[in-house]
Amino acid sequence: MNASAIIPTVAVEEDFRTRAHKALGDKQLRNNFRTAMDSLMTKRAASFSDAHEREHLRALGNAVRARALSKLPDLLEQLEQNLTRNGVTVHWAETVDEANGIVLSIIRAHEGRQVIKGKSMVSEEMEMNHFLADRGIECLESDMGEYIVQLDHEKPSHIIMPAIHKNAGQVASLFHDKLGVEYTKDVDQLIQIGRKVLRQKFFEADIGVSGVNFAVAETGTLLLVENEGNGRMTTTVPPVHIAVTGIEKVVENLRDVVPLLSLLTRSALGQPITTYVNMISGPRKEHELDGPQEVHLVLLDNGRSQAFADSELRQTLNCIRCGACMNHCPVYTRIGGHAYGEVYPGPIGKIITPHMVGLANVPDHPSASSLCGACGEVCPVKIPIPALLRRLREENVKAPDSPHQVMRGQGSKYSRKERFIWNAWARLNSSPTLYRLFGFFATRLRALAPNNVGPWTQNHSAPKPAARSLHDMAREHLAKQGDR
Amino acid sequence: MSAKQNILAKLRKSLTGTTPVPDTFDVDLVTAPYTYTAEQRIPQLRKLMEAVHTEIHLTSGKGWPALLAQLLRDRQLPSLLIAPTTPHGQRVTQHWANNPGLPTLKSYDRPVEEWKAELFNDTPASLTTTLGAIAATGSLILWPTPEEPRLMSLVPPVHFALLKASEIRDNFYQVQQEFNWAQGMPTNALLVSGPSKTADIEQVLAYGAHGPKDLVVLILEDQ
Repeated sequence: MNASAIIPTVAVEEDFRTRAHKALGDKQLRNNFRTAMDSLMTKRAASFSDAHEREHLRALGNAVRARALSKLPDLLEQLEQNLTRNGVTVHWAETVDEANGIVLSIIRAHEGRQVIKGKSMVSEEMEMNHFLADRGIECLESDMGEYIVQLDHEKPSHIIMPAIHKNAGQVASLFHDKLGVEYTKDVDQLIQIGRKVLRQKFFEADIGVSGVNFAVAETGTLLLVENEGNGRMTTTVPPVHIAVTGIEKVVENLRDVVPLLSLLTRSALGQPITTYVNMISGPRKEHELDGPQEVHLVLLDNGRSQAFADSELRQTLNCIRCGACMNHCPVYTRIGGHAYGEVYPGPIGKIITPHMVGLANVPDHPSASSLCGACGEVCPVKIPIPALLRRLREENVKAPDSPHQVMRGQGSKYSRKERFIWNAWARLNSSPTLYRLFGFFATRLRALAPNNVGPWTQNHSAPKPAARSLHDMAREHLAKQGDR
Repeated sequence: MSAKQNILAKLRKSLTGTTPVPDTFDVDLVTAPYTYTAEQRIPQLRKLMEAVHTEIHLTSGKGWPALLAQLLRDRQLPSLLIAPTTPHGQRVTQHWANNPGLPTLKSYDRPVEEWKAELFNDTPASLTTTLGAIAATGSLILWPTPEEPRLMSLVPPVHFALLKASEIRDNFYQVQQEFNWAQGMPTNALLVSGPSKTADIEQVLAYGAHGPKDLVVLILEDQ
């Protein structure tokens, strides 16, 4: 297969609002997401049937993550030490360019031409497929969902279920067109087609690339969860295994993964556990007959240290990538994952992406939320997502001359006019004299209130002052009571 | 400065003046709801593993090679991959020697590079042992060794696994403690909770994604 023929070429066009608006008009897409999210929510709820256990487990999950982050630099060093002792080579990268450079140099050192990839969101951050394809190296996704979206030159629309925006009929047409197989909507047959194609690729691949769910500092172990077996294939068959992960994925002790694993698989898919929990602690040792000869770990920052610098925003890094926040998000369910235009969609995407690409590049993300609170309520590690969204809204409108530089791209939505209006509004509501004066004129001049008020009246009736203020009516009411 | 130094310096600066969050790991939370009596363990394991299409047979330390041979014949599997130097591998070899006409035995006795194509294209079934199982989640514990390598339980479409009833543990936490995993992990340790599966197309569950299509567990009740 020609490497350049398999790269995702979907360009993210238009702005978030336009994409969201288009998605809202796509009935098939909305139906696919609604059905899938309803089912995922039901499964999650069923797997956490004991609310008491669930809430305590979430608290423990939060504590485990908070403890790991509170010692993050030490744990990263401990992880590196133990992995190195086990024979794994550890690399550090501040940017995605650096990370891609590291991966490329490893591949080139082995004269690799074919890379098979297990599922990895960090490699999506790096746009690794694209990067390697440009350099003549085929980089093929092996997770069934990822394979489907790659085949259709798309990007994942969900972090756990990459092809959830497609139904079986759409996959059937895709396989028929791209693989030349007979059209079938039978899911079992479709999966067997994928299995056959990808088995050959596992067999041929020079390099396997995977993500990491948890990196255990205490033992130097990389833990991967999956159902398909592609993660095991990727990390066992090719002679070289490269794992890429964010610097926040480390946990202190092996026992810490017990609650996190349970929270992850139940929150994501409603499963007590995934089919495979794969714990890798090193390359092939002497006398071992299989497994990669080399294992590399690339630790990527890509904006995480920026989130880490602020104790409130740091909680973003608790995330264990279960996707429950998107499954429960009324906005995500209606517009789907592609409308966000970034690697991480949904609520978690809205709070992590600004650190990766700069808030100015995703200025509408923090406000694409009704702040209903569902994401925060289901988060297995208790990230206060709604509070963080409000915080990012503040950062979005911070004055450019603010001495407090929290994040790249802050203040891009700052407007002097808006700031002036809000200051005036605050003054109006905090001064009794001004407030009474305002009330007096607002009630009497109500006929002059405009019928069109910017974006508000697109979906709402115009705000008309009442003929009498509540204060006024309350005063009258109390006076009447006094007469009795 | 290197990327490592830069990252660590930034993180350390951000933590200036803070103290690490104390370790308040509540062991009860991950063990108490997942503790079983000896009588409950097999049914609990069975319930969870069968729910995800695992085939389970109860047998004995004496009877399992014959049952294995029968299952291979029932499925019309032409050959079986074994780890020849393991005790269970030797049991199979012995049983096969006494019962001519059984499916061919293949030995995983050389580096995968020497027979990769055969492993991928012409090895329909394998037999491995397990280190035990976890009742709470319905998981087998696999700890591949030089004698019984990693790909045995992954590449062949049918995987037979031996499990001693006495080695079924309650939960993952207990397993880690009992085997003292924190003190030393092997190259690869695995929890396997069924045959390979996926729900990536329309959330329809399909078995036999990339790993084994069938997982057959032989539980040795008397061991």
